[in-house]
Amino acid sequence: MSTGTTKLDVVVSDVVPVNELVTRFHFRRRDGGLLPTFSGGAHVVVEMRDRDRTRLNPYSLMGSPLDTREYTISVRRDDVGRGGSLFMHRQVKPGLEMVISYPVNLFSLDLRAKKHLMLAGGIGITPFMAQTSQLAAAGGNFELHYTCRTASLGTYADVLQQRYGSRVHLYHDDREERIDLDRLLSSQPLGTHLYVCGPAGMINWVRDRAASLGWPSETVHFEHFAAPQPGAPFDVALALSHKTIRVGEQQSLLEAMEAAGVDPPYLCRGGVCGQCETNVISSDGKFIHNDHWLSEEDHRSGCKIMPCVSRFEGKSLVLER
Amino acid sequence: MGITFRKETFRDDYTFRNSPEHIRRFPFPFNEDAYMYAVNIEPHVVGPKGSVLENLIDVDEHYVAEMQDRALVLAEDPLRCQSLPHMTLAGWDLLELLMEQQALGYPEHFTLERDGDRWRWINRPLGIDDTFTFGDTSTLPYGPMEYITRQSQGDFCILDQRDGNLWMDAGMVTTQADWSLDFDIGMNFFEWHAPVPLAHEKGIFTRALKFLTNIQQGKPARRLNWTMTINPRLDTSPENYHKWGPDRATVTPENVGEKVHLRVELQSFWRLPRSNAIVFPIRCYLIKMDELVTQPKWARRLHRVIRDLPEELATYKGLTRYRPTLVEWLSKLDDGSPTSPGFGPD
Amino acid sequence: MAAKTIISRPIYGTLSPQPGKHHLFIADAEGALAIIDMAGKAPPGFFDGAEIDFIPGPEGKHIAALEALKPAQLHLSPSFASLLPRLKQTLTNAHMGLRIYLAGTEGLIGQAMQVALEAGVDHTFMQTEHRGSLARRMQCVHCKGITENVTTQPALCSHCGLLLLVRDHYSRRLAAFQGVCINAEDRSEIPPMEEAFP
Repeated sequence: MSTGTTKLDVVVSDVVPVNELVTRFHFRRRDGGLLPTFSGGAHVVVEMRDRDRTRLNPYSLMGSPLDTREYTISVRRDDVGRGGSLFMHRQVKPGLEMVISYPVNLFSLDLRAKKHLMLAGGIGITPFMAQTSQLAAAGGNFELHYTCRTASLGTYADVLQQRYGSRVHLYHDDREERIDLDRLLSSQPLGTHLYVCGPAGMINWVRDRAASLGWPSETVHFEHFAAPQPGAPFDVALALSHKTIRVGEQQSLLEAMEAAGVDPPYLCRGGVCGQCETNVISSDGKFIHNDHWLSEEDHRSGCKIMPCVSRFEGKSLVLER
Repeated sequence: MGITFRKETFRDDYTFRNSPEHIRRFPFPFNEDAYMYAVNIEPHVVGPKGSVLENLIDVDEHYVAEMQDRALVLAEDPLRCQSLPHMTLAGWDLLELLMEQQALGYPEHFTLERDGDRWRWINRPLGIDDTFTFGDTSTLPYGPMEYITRQSQGDFCILDQRDGNLWMDAGMVTTQADWSLDFDIGMNFFEWHAPVPLAHEKGIFTRALKFLTNIQQGKPARRLNWTMTINPRLDTSPENYHKWGPDRATVTPENVGEKVHLRVELQSFWRLPRSNAIVFPIRCYLIKMDELVTQPKWARRLHRVIRDLPEELATYKGLTRYRPTLVEWLSKLDDGSPTSPGFGPD
Repeated sequence: MAAKTIISRPIYGTLSPQPGKHHLFIADAEGALAIIDMAGKAPPGFFDGAEIDFIPGPEGKHIAALEALKPAQLHLSPSFASLLPRLKQTLTNAHMGLRIYLAGTEGLIGQAMQVALEAGVDHTFMQTEHRGSLARRMQCVHCKGITENVTTQPALCSHCGLLLLVRDHYSRRLAAFQGVCINAEDRSEIPPMEEAFP
């Protein structure tokens, strides 16, 4: 049976610049009803119709899960990316009708935790906005450590400090403030769960230190949606649908399949959920794997690819699609 | 027009019966003349009017009697309803789901009024009219899961999703087919299915888990399972096996039609929104052989399925002792003519 | 009897030194030998951050060998019940990064794991090694009583007296195997009792 999520018809109800890089978008249901309930850490995939091109990007829901009159997301402008964030910043205005997916949670809280220790970097703060709201309402025990470049780029740092006071710890790169990670990780009570969201380097650093200091992998949760990287165009034969397609420089393989009318299932479009996993029938060249789903063994084997984020360089590639 | 709820029992004098309309709507689980495990999962969408799929949460003529039987089981053994401490939020999710679905499907019997987090729930068949604060356990007489599942037909397992697995961390289980919630609570998907023969080797559970962990909000799924029970007994728990087990030795050629029941579980799977858990309602339907064979196609097909069932499965389902008697009885209703494809009666 | 094992039946491994600074060992009787064997593979200074809680049993062996490992603490208990309050307190005060090693009889491993699970430690993260008796802790599914040191198949429930099939189905939460009435359908059938878990 088909996978993937149901779609929601929404209208942009507000667009709020938060700082020089980040803008917040509010969505309401077009029919005026309540949106589906969600859990802290969930994301939606936003469909962006940009003339003849459709972009589909995942964004964490950052409002309180207790209030489903509207959904809010925050988008950081990326001037050198593939254009999704620029589209959101430049084209999306209040009143625009858009389509988003049902919420999906690939970064959920482990409610068994005796304490939730959260580490955010930059725009990685957004899922924690929802998670802290959820935990605070239920009397949950949490502590948030948030690293940003400067105070003015500390998106929502003021709101969080106002809400949660000493449970929020800020670190500013420009003031040379650094989190003492080993000390922090060594002083947590048994039964603590660790959540990290931010740049890939930060996630890898935290996971690595936690493992060295004896944290079980089951207690270390992370979310990093890889943005599809641009690259040299390449051709792909889709054996089941008898099509040959070209993946453009600024296009992902998944997007190129969709443009050709082939629709693999997806939930995250960021190399995490595993839905669009595709078998390789034959290949002559080099894979550029960017996902967090396949094992290293799968990557080396060259038998599988995640078309949402991974690319290919070489002579020929035939996929089972 | 509402449902006429039957006054009947699932113990002692066993007055449980299906009305003729309920025989016709029985979810017969075999669509061909043989049975083997399969990942027979499909989207849980509304089915034809008059079928058990007319509503996604089915309420039928046995509702009141089943809820009375559940109350008796819980009074004897409160361990049939348990929720590990982290599952309370999922309990509220389930309460919302069941209240919404029952009120939607049966407005003449159930009403839900919501004003922010102040909710009023009216259950006319059971004479309940409660106002409470959603999310505040102190405003209900039981925890949220126990409260609503004392008012909903079927067993309910709530599965926490962590580390790519599902964990049986809460449940209301009083009509189970021989498994113990008290023993299995806290186990993961593979562990609580461990005693099931043959299916592990076939990779059934690995595939099923992959599917279930990907269930999305608003897109429930379902499957059918079946076994057989002697007497229309809902509580066939291992806890009471020493009490109902002897019934299996009481089947004779004369009483097969009255005593032997096909027991079908309509299992559905739903993503819960706040907790990100999965709820797994197991709705049990019973039909005695005398009622079942009023549909000649079902009689022929059931004969062939039971006759040809692999020995391991017959043992697992507890049929060993009375299978020959049952097959002999059914064989007289099987003239060997072909059966039409599909589940329904002709 | 059911010869083939099933997935819920615990699988025990061999203790090996884990990364981290704090290590808690809980062992009974022959379980000491698992710790001693592991010590040969441990990096220098490993036991500086280690506590060993040991239940020597009636024979009282292996104590000197454990002392020779020079753990930060070696605590001897006459029984698991007497160790329990201390173990709970140790886990209450412990921090993330504590590594747990369980060695010895199946009953000891199961009960110590049960306490650690309640303290919030994930079961996949505990090192276990089975040494010594195969005797089982069994929960009677009917009366819920636990019978310790079950060695026969079938076995009598020490609480309600029903004759039980000792299944391989195991609950970490209860630290017990499941016992189900073996002759429920016909109580006159009495299968022979055999020594199955020496």
